[in-house]
Amino acid sequence: MLSLATCLGCILMALAVALPARADDVQDAAKLLKAGQHKQALELVNKALKAKPRDPQARFLKGLILTEQGNSKEAIEIFTKLTQDYPELPEPYNNLAVIYASQGQYDKARAALEQSIRTHPSYATAYENLGDVYAKLASQAYDKALQIDSSNAAAKNKLSLVRELVGRPAAAAVAVAPKEPAKRPVVVAEKPKPAPEKPAPAAADPSDEVLKAVNGWAQAWSKKDADGYLAYYAKDFKIPGGEARDSWEKTRRARVSAPKSISVSLASPKVTMNGADRATVTFQQNYKSDVLKSNSRKTLTLIRADGGWKILEEKSG
Amino acid sequence: MRAVVFSVLLCWAAVAASATPEDRLSTVFQSIEANRLDEALQRVDALIREYPNFRLAHLVRGDLLLARARPLQTFGNVAKTVPGEKIDGLREEALARLRAQRQRPGDDRLPRYVLQLHAEQKHVLVVDSRRSRLYVFGNDKGTPRLVADYYVTLGKNGIEKTREGDQKTPVGVYHVTANLPRKKLTDFYGAGAFPINYPNEWDRRQGRGGYGIWLHGVPSDVYSRPPRASDGCIVLANPDLESVGRHVQVGLTPVIIADEIEWSDAATIAAERAALAGAFEQWRADWQSRDTERYLAHYSGRFASPGQDLAAWSAHKRKVNSAKRWIKVGVSRVAMFRYPRERDFVVVTFNQDYRSDGLSNVMRKRQYWVKEGAQWKIIYEGAG
Repeated sequence: MLSLATCLGCILMALAVALPARADDVQDAAKLLKAGQHKQALELVNKALKAKPRDPQARFLKGLILTEQGNSKEAIEIFTKLTQDYPELPEPYNNLAVIYASQGQYDKARAALEQSIRTHPSYATAYENLGDVYAKLASQAYDKALQIDSSNAAAKNKLSLVRELVGRPAAAAVAVAPKEPAKRPVVVAEKPKPAPEKPAPAAADPSDEVLKAVNGWAQAWSKKDADGYLAYYAKDFKIPGGEARDSWEKTRRARVSAPKSISVSLASPKVTMNGADRATVTFQQNYKSDVLKSNSRKTLTLIRADGGWKILEEKSG
Repeated sequence: MRAVVFSVLLCWAAVAASATPEDRLSTVFQSIEANRLDEALQRVDALIREYPNFRLAHLVRGDLLLARARPLQTFGNVAKTVPGEKIDGLREEALARLRAQRQRPGDDRLPRYVLQLHAEQKHVLVVDSRRSRLYVFGNDKGTPRLVADYYVTLGKNGIEKTREGDQKTPVGVYHVTANLPRKKLTDFYGAGAFPINYPNEWDRRQGRGGYGIWLHGVPSDVYSRPPRASDGCIVLANPDLESVGRHVQVGLTPVIIADEIEWSDAATIAAERAALAGAFEQWRADWQSRDTERYLAHYSGRFASPGQDLAAWSAHKRKVNSAKRWIKVGVSRVAMFRYPRERDFVVVTFNQDYRSDGLSNVMRKRQYWVKEGAQWKIIYEGAG
């Protein structure tokens, strides 16, 4: 739903500062983040910050990495400090808002976005995000108006469905993806620069195959093709909650075929290869059916099996 | 948002400085009309801070917030699939509150029903079902003066209650019979309750059933309820019930429930009162005169008293009156209320001081008078 500001170059231009001394580390960390290698990215950016603790670009990147890692507390600290040190920058406010929104703190998110727009009245991302935050706040107000009762059986069923789909109530879904589903991993906008000198951490071919499998899985789901959908799951798929495969398949079949229409799209997938036969894909899953809309982060672990890639593990959030 | 919803509010009257939640909601709408949406949001936020259970305010807030994200299609632009009656209830509450504010009666307008209050009746409550409104009139030397008016919730199935369980609010002239404080009630009744005497003598005679029609408050988790939501009771917001309660005298305060209040003016009402008061005085004088046939001429052919029709009543009166050498009838504390919905139908309640050479007694009495041709006649008489 909400978009994180991820443009490091913009920050530099806005501040009109020269490239920092350890620009390489920062750029490399950005690439690692883009590849989903959060831990390595953090190590690198910490190294850069040791040399230049006040460097805004490195701090901004660290905030992004921590956000991606789900370390909201420290990410908030970093972005808050950036708003204090560089009150003219709209991006840190925007990113603060995204984190607050992911925590369901929409009033705080709204305040941060309004501040972002005050500093930069033409900052489009903040406007888009603000629209989403207002819609969320409106929805909360309507819930209060209608006293939507969570003890109500129908509501409960719906909630549990959402939990199955995203692993937690939809209201708390973290949303940090760009609006358009991206085919390639896009996290940190690169400076216009020739091809990276170092090889990309993910090998091109297998990761494309993995992505193809994940997209196929989403398409089968969208077509309500239960057989096709289930065929993407490995034989030894780790069924959540230790349910028997039979009953799990039955539930999935029902879920895939019950709605009148389903549309599943993936945004900003990130493939990480763990050796040649195992891959982890994280993405933003936008699920929409005639009864439910949900937006969640998902992580799939795939293995090479039966001449293709099969899902071994599925995690939400 | 404005085009769809707030066209109904264009005639919104200026709101007095007294800041009831409803008044404050109206200032929110004023801001919206003036296209000061930020101010409207600030005002509704402040209102909700003070009255967090005012669901209608939350709905308006939802619209004001959503309007910042995208154009609104309707008032209460809830995207989720929720039972339609929930939103409709809030929409109807909005309209009821706004219309009642907009169409406040002028100072010279009086409810036609209140022909005469007696000196000890300090207030009379009159309910306009169409407007979902309860008007409190003070007794200003016999003339009703509007003191306050409140939004009320009535029966799910409307008015004209006829039987138990029909979830309707009765139409008629009643009075408060008890005061039940909050601590004797469950939370459902909120700040307290004032039962009324439904079914009254007339209702019973019409075969109307059911019981337990109260004025009461709301549960603690809401500020108000939709206009048609009770099982027949008259439900007020808790602060409003408390305000009304300060005016209520148990056994004395009339509660007149009308479909739509007929408004009149002091001169017309005075003329109607004089005509009926004349007939009433003649009845008293004729009884006292011991001319039993003249006295009985005041009773309608349809007359009935508890356990007696006109023939039995007449036989009894002829026997009793002829045995007397003198009769004196005094009346005091006379109250007269025209009955809503019925044509030329008046309830007269009074203290009757009957003295004779045999028996003397003082009692509170109630008569229902109906106009037959040009004559006012008694159709019911009993203890009041």
